[in-house]
Amino acid sequence: MTIRKLSFALIASLIGSNTSLLQAEPAQKHIAITQIVEHPALDAVRNGVKDVLAEAGWNEGSNLKWDYQSAQGATATAAQIAKKFAGDQPDVIVAIATPSAQAVVASARASNIIFSAVTDPVDAKLVKAWDQPGPNVSGVSDLTPIDQHMALIKKVLPTAKKIGVIYNPGEANSVSLVNLVQKYAPISGLTVVEAASPKSADVQTATRSLVGKVDAIYLPTDNTVISALEGVIKIAEQAKIPLFAADTDSVKRGAIAALGFNYYDVGRQTGAMVVKVLQGTSPADLPVEGVEKTELFVNPGAAKRMGIELSPELIQQAKEVIQ
Amino acid sequence: MLNSFAFFGALETGFIFGLVALGVFLSFRVLDFPDLTVDGSFPLGAAVAATLIVSDVHPLLATFCACLAGSAAGLVTAWLNVQLKILHLLASILTMIALYSINLRIMDGPNKALLGVETLLSPLDHLAIPYYIAYPIAFGLLAGAVMLALVWFLKTEVGLAMRATGSNPRMAMANGVNTKRMIMLGMALSNALVALAGALFAQSQGSADVTMGVGVIVIGLASVIGGEALVPKRTLFFWVLACILGSILYRLVIAVALNGEMLGLKAQDLNLITAVLVTIAIVAPNWKSYFRSRSA
Repeated sequence: MTIRKLSFALIASLIGSNTSLLQAEPAQKHIAITQIVEHPALDAVRNGVKDVLAEAGWNEGSNLKWDYQSAQGATATAAQIAKKFAGDQPDVIVAIATPSAQAVVASARASNIIFSAVTDPVDAKLVKAWDQPGPNVSGVSDLTPIDQHMALIKKVLPTAKKIGVIYNPGEANSVSLVNLVQKYAPISGLTVVEAASPKSADVQTATRSLVGKVDAIYLPTDNTVISALEGVIKIAEQAKIPLFAADTDSVKRGAIAALGFNYYDVGRQTGAMVVKVLQGTSPADLPVEGVEKTELFVNPGAAKRMGIELSPELIQQAKEVIQ
Repeated sequence: MLNSFAFFGALETGFIFGLVALGVFLSFRVLDFPDLTVDGSFPLGAAVAATLIVSDVHPLLATFCACLAGSAAGLVTAWLNVQLKILHLLASILTMIALYSINLRIMDGPNKALLGVETLLSPLDHLAIPYYIAYPIAFGLLAGAVMLALVWFLKTEVGLAMRATGSNPRMAMANGVNTKRMIMLGMALSNALVALAGALFAQSQGSADVTMGVGVIVIGLASVIGGEALVPKRTLFFWVLACILGSILYRLVIAVALNGEMLGLKAQDLNLITAVLVTIAIVAPNWKSYFRSRSA
C-alpha cells in the first residue's frame, strides 16, 4: 500500500460516522463482462445487466467501470479474455453463454463470477448442482420451461399427435433443449420428429423434411434456426403447419405463439444477482436461478396463415397480441 | 498495458497454438500440402482427450490417444489425396467437415466440460509458483521439445525424403523416395501435433467444444507466415522457431487489442485491430528495405 493510499484509508477511518453521507452514491465498482459472440439475445442479456446496475446506482462513466469484451466467436480469444479479467481483478466477472463461462471459471479462480444464458450449468461443470453453486460462481440459466411449452401446443391444437423440432446438433444449448422436449412431449401426448440443421443455410431443407410428417413445428431457442426463421415461416405457411416458438421475438416475426421469456429479462435477473454480490453477498450463497418471468405472446394473423384459429380466451391470456 | 495474467495467458495460448503452427508448417511448408483438416483435428484432439478424461482414463493416455486420433484424421486426408486422387484442398475440406459430425459423436454432444476434473495440468496447481505462470512454462518446455524433435526429424533420412517430396516430387521419386508414403507420414505427424494442441487447450481452458476449431488454420497460417517475416530463415532451426514466435506474437497482439478501450475502440473492433497489428508487426522489420526498393 502506498503512503497516499494509506493516508486515504486513515482519513476515511477518521471521518468514520460521516461516511454515511458519502455513501448516498454507491462506491466505485468494476464489472468485467464477456460474451462468446455478438448476438441479439446475448446483447440483450448484457443490456439487462447494465440497466439493473444503473437502477441500483452504478452508472458507467461515473462510479462504474464497465469492461465489455466479445470473443467474436473464437474460443482461444475467449480464453485470453478470461485471463485478462483474472488479472484485472474486477468486483464481479459476468460471463454470458457456456464457452465464455467455462473459460472464465477455468482462469479466474479468485474472482466473483456470475454467468448468464447458460442452459445447463451442471453439465457444463460450472456448478455442482443448482442449489450448490461454486465457491465463487453462480448465475442464471436460460433453460426454457419446456413442459409448459408442450402444454401450450396441446392447448392450441388438442388433436395434435406429432411435433417437429428443428435444431442445430452442434449447439450445446439446443441439444439439452431437444432432450427436454423428448422428455416432456409424451406427458402432453405428443411424439417428436427431429430435423437437424447444422447451418443456417440448411434450415429450409430441414423444415421441408417435416412437411406431411407432423401436426405442428416447435422451434427451441436455437441460434442457427432462429437466425433463418423467415425460411421456416414461409414453408409453414405454404404447408399449413402451425409453428410454435420458444422465444417471444419469433412470434413478432411470424410464429403463432410462444410462452417465452426475453433475454433482456434474463439479463435483468442476472443484474439483480450481480448487485447482490456487489453489496457483499458471496456467489456461494446464491443458488443458480432459472428463468422467472414468462409471458404468452400470440400472433392470430400468423395462426390464420397456417390454417388454424386461436380461441378468444387464449388471446385474452396473452401478454401481447401481435396483429 | 497488459496485466500479468493477460501476458502469461498470451504466452500460454501462444505456445499451445505454436504446436498448431508446427503442424501447419509441416503440411503447408515442408510438404507443400494446403491442409484444412486442422480445423477438424484441433477439436478432435480436444474431444478425444476430454471424453476419455471424463471417463476416468489417465490424462496422459487420453492426450496420447488424442494425438493418435489426429494422425488418423491426417492419414484420411492424405489417403483421399494420394490414393483416390482428390485435389489436396478438397480432400482436407472433406475430412474437416466429416470431423464436425465425428466430434459430436465422440463427445455425445457439442461440449464436454473438464472444470474441476483431474487433468494433465492439475499437478501444476499445487506448485510454489502460481498456476498462471506454471502453465505457460510447462507449455513452453513442451513446445520447445517438440520443436527440437521436429528439427532433428527433418534432418534424418526420412525427414530429408519428406522435404524432397514437398519441394520437388518428381526428383524425389526419381531418387527412390516413396512420395505417397511421405505425404501420408507427414500429414499424420502434422495433424497429430494439431490434435495434441487441441487436447492441451481443452485441458487448460476447462472444456472441449465442437466450435473450437473454427479458424484454427487461419491462426496457424498467420503464425507460420508472420513468424517467417520476423525471423530470418537462415537455417532450418530458425525457420521452425519462427512458427512458435509467430504464434506468440499473434496472441500478444490479441492481448493488446483487448485493451483497445483506451484508444476509444470497442469490443466489436477486436478482429480488425488484431489484423492491423499483425500487419504492422510483419511489415515493420522490412520497412526500411521497402522504402529503399521504392526509391531505387
